[in-house]
Amino acid sequence: MMRFSTLLKNPADWMANDDESNSVVLTSRVRLARNIAGEPFPGWAKKEERVAVLERVRGEVEALPGMKGAFSHGLEDLSSVQKQVLVERHLISREQAARSEGSAAIVNRKQTFSLMLNEEDHLRMQSIRAGLSLTKAFEKLSNLETELSRKVPFAFDGRLGYLTACPTNVGTGMRASAMLHLPGLVLSDEVGPVLQGVARLRLAVRGFYGEGTESLGNLFQVSNQSTLGESEGEIISRLERVIRDVETHELNARQRLMENDPQMILDQVGRAYGVLKYSHIIASKEALNLLSLLRLGAELGFFEKGLRRVCDLLLMDIQPAHLQLHTGKKLDAESRDSIRSEIIRGRLQTLEPPAINPSTLKERKDSAENKDE
Amino acid sequence: MKCQNCQEKATVHFTQLENGQMNKMSFCESCAAAEGIMDLSGFGLADSVLSAGSDETKGSDNGDQCPGCGFTRSKFQQTGRLGCSQCYLTFSDDILARLGPMHRGLRHLGKHPEGFTGDAFSERLLAECEERLAEAVAAENYEEAARIRDEIRQLSQTLESVPTSSEASAENGDSAP
Repeated sequence: MMRFSTLLKNPADWMANDDESNSVVLTSRVRLARNIAGEPFPGWAKKEERVAVLERVRGEVEALPGMKGAFSHGLEDLSSVQKQVLVERHLISREQAARSEGSAAIVNRKQTFSLMLNEEDHLRMQSIRAGLSLTKAFEKLSNLETELSRKVPFAFDGRLGYLTACPTNVGTGMRASAMLHLPGLVLSDEVGPVLQGVARLRLAVRGFYGEGTESLGNLFQVSNQSTLGESEGEIISRLERVIRDVETHELNARQRLMENDPQMILDQVGRAYGVLKYSHIIASKEALNLLSLLRLGAELGFFEKGLRRVCDLLLMDIQPAHLQLHTGKKLDAESRDSIRSEIIRGRLQTLEPPAINPSTLKERKDSAENKDE
Repeated sequence: MKCQNCQEKATVHFTQLENGQMNKMSFCESCAAAEGIMDLSGFGLADSVLSAGSDETKGSDNGDQCPGCGFTRSKFQQTGRLGCSQCYLTFSDDILARLGPMHRGLRHLGKHPEGFTGDAFSERLLAECEERLAEAVAAENYEEAARIRDEIRQLSQTLESVPTSSEASAENGDSAP
C-alpha cells in the first residue's frame, strides 16, 4: 500500500503538464456517485451499517487491477493536515475531510483515480486528467466502475438510473468539470458576459478558489448540473463544446490585449514577476493572483519555456496545508506567508525578467492573420 | 333502490370515477352482468380486500415515513437528502416535483449495469397507486379513490410530458455567447 509521504512526494501528471495545447484548461475531472443496492445512504445509515458497507466495498476496490498498491486510509487514521492536503489536491472533498470513522479515501498510485467511501453517497469515484480530456476521463472511470459493479451491486432504477442520496445527482450520478485559466477575459473585463452565457446553458460556473463567487488566480470551474435525461456522452460533449468556446474567447481576448496594449500586459506580468521574486511575505490570495499573471506571461512567450509547469505546481504547493506539511509543524498565518514567499522565491530563482520577444509577437500575428483567411 | 335499467331491485351498486367526477349506478344482478360490471377481477379487488387487514398493522403510515429505512418526508424537505433507494418511491411526489427544474429530463438515458433487467421506478410507482386505488374502492372510500385517480393521471402526465434531451437542447440552442 502506498504511504501518505509517497503520495505527496510525487506530484501527479495532471497537476502540471507540458503539453502546449493545455494552456487554458488545466484539468478535467469526472466523478460518479454510486450506492450499494439495499443499503441505507451513509447520511442516514447507522454507524454499524456504514462500517459494514465500508468493509465490504473497500476490499473490492483495493482488489481492482487499476487500484493496485493504492493509498487507502480510513478518515479516522489521517491527521487534519493530511486530510486538508488531500482536499487541496482535489483528491477528496471538503465534506469527506470532515468525516472520521466509517469513511475512507482510496487513491491510486498515479493519483488519476480517487474514490471516497461513505461520503454523501456510498461511493464517489473520481478521475482526473490534465487539459481538456473529459471523454477520456469518463471512459477510464466508467471501466473501473463496470469492474467494481461485478463485485458489488449498485442501486439502480430502470427509469431514474443510479439512485443517489441527493436527487440532484440521480441518473448518471456524473459530475464532469474542467478548471479554466481565464486571465485574458478578466483583464479585458469580458469574463462576466462569457460566464453568464455559460450559466444560461444550465452549466455551473464558479471561482475555483475562494468562497462564493470570488475567483482567485483567474481560475474558474465549469461543470454540468443536470444528471438525468441525457447520457454521459451527451453531457460531456455539450460541456466540451462550451468549454472549447470559452477557450476560444480567452485566446481571442489575449490576442486583442497583445495587439492593443502590449505595454499594459508586460507591465502587469513584470509587476507580478517583481513581487513574486523579491517579496518576503505573501498571502495566499495575492500569490494566486500574481502566479496567474506570471502564467499568462509564460503563455505569451515573455519567459523561457517551462515556466507554466512551475506555476501550476506552485498553485498546489503554496496552499496552507501543503505549507504546514512542508515545514512539518503547525503554522500561524504570518509564518505561512513568509514560508510561502520563500518557496516561491526558490522556484523562481533563475527566472529571467519578462520581455516581449518581437519575433514571437510577429509569428503570433501572422498565424492569427492566416487563421482569419 | 331500483335497478336503473329495468326497475328490478338493485343489488349491485357501482361507483365510477371519471375525470375526478363520481358516477353512482345501481343495477339488478342480471343487468349488472349485462353491463359487464360483475367482472371485477380487473381491479384485483379481492386481493386488496384481503391485504387491507394486514396493512393496518403498519399503523397510520400515510407516506410520510419510508417503510424501507424510516426516513421522513419532513427530513427530506429540510435537507434535500434521502435515506435509502426506497425513499424515491415513498416520497415520489415531492421528488418528481424537484427533478423537473433540476434536470434536462426525467428518464435516465445513460449507463446501465450489465444485464440489468429490473423494473422501473415509474412502473412500480403507478402499480402502487393502482393498488391504493383498489384498496380505497374496496373500502368504499370514493373521495380518496377520486384523489388517487387524479394523482395517477397527474403522475402519468409528469412522467410522459417531459421533453426528451434532444428537444431540450434544441430549445436552449447550446452555444456559448
